[in-house]
Amino acid sequence: MALTKADMVEKLFTELGLNKKDAKDLVDQFFEEVKTALAEGQSVKLSGFGNFDLRDKNQRPGRNPKTGEEIPITERRVVTFKPGQKLKVKVEAYVEPPSAS
Amino acid sequence: MAPPAILGKPTVTKSELINLLAEKYSHLAFKDVESAVKGMIDHMTLALSSGERIEIRGFGSFSLHYRPPRIGRNPKTGGAVELSSKFVPHFKPGKELRDKVNQSREKVKLTISD
Repeated sequence: MALTKADMVEKLFTELGLNKKDAKDLVDQFFEEVKTALAEGQSVKLSGFGNFDLRDKNQRPGRNPKTGEEIPITERRVVTFKPGQKLKVKVEAYVEPPSAS
Repeated sequence: MAPPAILGKPTVTKSELINLLAEKYSHLAFKDVESAVKGMIDHMTLALSSGERIEIRGFGSFSLHYRPPRIGRNPKTGGAVELSSKFVPHFKPGKELRDKVNQSREKVKLTISD
């Protein structure tokens, strides 16, 4: 089971009483805004949750794992996520159930 | 319409995202937009802290990565400290986000070389 946008819409509907259309618009648009900001070269800080930062990577040597053939990994810009203190502490407390299937 | 005030800033914060949403959905009360964004972040925090993944299509997925127990050092005294195993949050950007972000770098390069 994974949390999806649909789950968040449902929760906003039950927790805040927002109608489904408004809740869906807000959830969709929230992630669109974060995406757009990152695509504009801006980092995004969600206090308590974490920061989305951008890193420019130089070209480096790589290889095709199947054939072993050497091919350069081109220079690129990537998104990195740095969890905030609050999220880190909450997640650290998680203990995997003994027989999780 | 005037361009959004956040354009060109190096970072965007949660409150700026809330303002943008409130402008776009002006029929909603500001307080509701604010509660919705905070609610979403709470849902995500709660999911991860109970070991559940988050999957947002086009954006990316969040999951937990296991860190085995290790012997750490107290940087002040140099003494050994036993650190138990733990989980840390991990984000994997989705294809759409990866491509958009990488294209933005290429756009910048083109502007500079012009």
